[in-house]
Amino acid sequence: MNTNSAHPVPPYLSEGGHYGRFGGRFSPEALVAALDEVAVAWDKAKHDPEFQAELHRLLTEYTGRPSPLTEARNFSEYCNGARILLKREDLNHTGSHKINNVLGQALLTKRMGKTRVIAETGAGQHGVATATACALLGLECVIYMGEEDTRRQALNVARMNMLGAEVVPVTVGSRTLKDAVNEAFRDWVANVDTTHYLLGTVAGPHPFPSMVRDLHYIIGAEARQQVLERTGALPDAVAACVGGGSNAIGIFAAFIPDETVRLYGFEAGGEGIGTGRHAASITGGSVGVFQGARTFVLQDEHGQTVPSHSISAGLDYPAVGPEHAWLADSGRATYAPVTDAEAMEAFRLLCRTEGIIPAIESAHALAGARTIGAELGPDATILVSLSGRGDKDVNTAAAYFGLLGDRGEQDR
Amino acid sequence: MTALQRKLAEARAEGRAALVGYYPAGLPDVDSSVRVIEAMVAGGCDVIEVGLPYSDPTMDGPVIQQASDAALAAGTTPKDVLAVVRATAETGAAALVMSYWNPIEQYGVDAFAADMAAAGGAGVITPDLIPEEAGPWIRASDASGLDRIFLVAPSSTDQRLKLTCDASRGFVYAASLMGVTGTRDKVAATARKLVQRVRGATRDSGLPVCVGLGISNGAQAAEVASYADGVIVGSGFCRRVLDAPDLDTACAQVRDFAAELAEGVRSAAR
Repeated sequence: MNTNSAHPVPPYLSEGGHYGRFGGRFSPEALVAALDEVAVAWDKAKHDPEFQAELHRLLTEYTGRPSPLTEARNFSEYCNGARILLKREDLNHTGSHKINNVLGQALLTKRMGKTRVIAETGAGQHGVATATACALLGLECVIYMGEEDTRRQALNVARMNMLGAEVVPVTVGSRTLKDAVNEAFRDWVANVDTTHYLLGTVAGPHPFPSMVRDLHYIIGAEARQQVLERTGALPDAVAACVGGGSNAIGIFAAFIPDETVRLYGFEAGGEGIGTGRHAASITGGSVGVFQGARTFVLQDEHGQTVPSHSISAGLDYPAVGPEHAWLADSGRATYAPVTDAEAMEAFRLLCRTEGIIPAIESAHALAGARTIGAELGPDATILVSLSGRGDKDVNTAAAYFGLLGDRGEQDR
Repeated sequence: MTALQRKLAEARAEGRAALVGYYPAGLPDVDSSVRVIEAMVAGGCDVIEVGLPYSDPTMDGPVIQQASDAALAAGTTPKDVLAVVRATAETGAAALVMSYWNPIEQYGVDAFAADMAAAGGAGVITPDLIPEEAGPWIRASDASGLDRIFLVAPSSTDQRLKLTCDASRGFVYAASLMGVTGTRDKVAATARKLVQRVRGATRDSGLPVCVGLGISNGAQAAEVASYADGVIVGSGFCRRVLDAPDLDTACAQVRDFAAELAEGVRSAAR
């Protein structure tokens, strides 16, 4: 058991990176040495006061941590009167929780003596955060992004370019996030001497799921203390959206030992699980091996990956981090789908009632909080991970709500 | 002794390396892929790796990605792959399957091993499965008498070379370089060094080592054949079929290419 209270290792994590039957390392032998190097370097760094001090300095001075806890008094009305506390990761530099992980891994890249960083991105949030950290720390940066996504998120491509990153459109496979991950692995195996693959979520082969978890642990650690100070008690429930699941693991982890606290992960239900057009790997997928780990995957009977769908690009991924698979299997956390329509209704409500434009990803957690409120009643306190801000989604939302007029028609 | 072990022993007895050709089942359709494989064998391939097309081939470069996508778009299933294995074994070549792990896990590990053996397959190459994760596969391949081929890479530590070679049967697949599949102008210098290191790890077992990645002409095949027990070529075959105007042309070119490579492994200075 790790004694560093900043990043306690969960008792159910094996040395080989297994969460029960999930996780592990299903990766080409060529990458095993690099994965071991990252695992050893991270284990050393997380116990090194100097590294932790440097990371802490960046997280406070640069990111703006601790992120505030905001009580959503008006939105509460739409949650059956339950008390809603928002953990404001949207106020971090670059606009989401992604920066927590990125700064840690970018510092680690320097410690490993590597000079080049590659990363995948879907909506562009992780890509922008990675480009940001690389600009700050003087690292060469290449971002893989599905060609389809570079078109949908042209503004984020421009942001990454402004920050000095090279954005490589991925034109193979389904040309979306999963294919960007494949391309990043292909680059990594060819350039592993100089390059770190800065994976953006709690997926992939060991040690990525546990390292990225460690770097987001701060979300829940801060929130737990803030809720206790604000309300004098632990929350009844914690809600987060789950694509790969990094913000959810980050906010869940500190509460996992608190058995009275219910943990809810909300997956992208897209147009509904029954339609097959969704990205809900736990609710609508099955156990398989995908991109380095055993976990829940959207796949056909032959084990071929099935394309995911969500209005939220950040949740549009056909698998989920292996620790979530374990938490679902063990019953410690509950996972449920939220449809595009439910998420967009919650998006609209938070804008109108609180003056906060959430990321559409985070709107899935907000919609989920409404369901939990209906279930637990007005006395409940629900902590919601507001993982990102919605500036990047204004185009999508405006088109969805028909606010673009002729221009929107042209864009489509 | 499996058909694979027999083929490797025969080549060794002839004082040469074996020629191993990769081709995905179902490109451009199941029957045509059998014809292409027959041309590969006619040209001189001793062993055929029948590729099981997968949606997310992270170890493969653009040519095999394109080939896999096309085979999947044509509706190729694992049952089709086993049918191609059966047809391959009937040509007299040793038939292997090359597959990423998830399709085998979804098929059922024990069932796949049993059906593979029943189809006359000799073994399976698993590029994204390392011995630490392979418990069920090791048991199933033992039960069905299949060879199991794991990969080693220039980055593998001595300890991992030993672990991986000890877990392998038939041969161990040495990736010539750090990278994905695809043709290269030169055989990487890392290949010879890796084979030497593997020899150290297999001193007791005498496990053969075959080299793949980046080999795309007779001269390169000859170079690798001078120090390895087998030469593995894949993208070159796929490229010829993808570029050919029709199946007959494709088969003719594939056969000529296999013959060039077969000549290479026979001309190697050993």
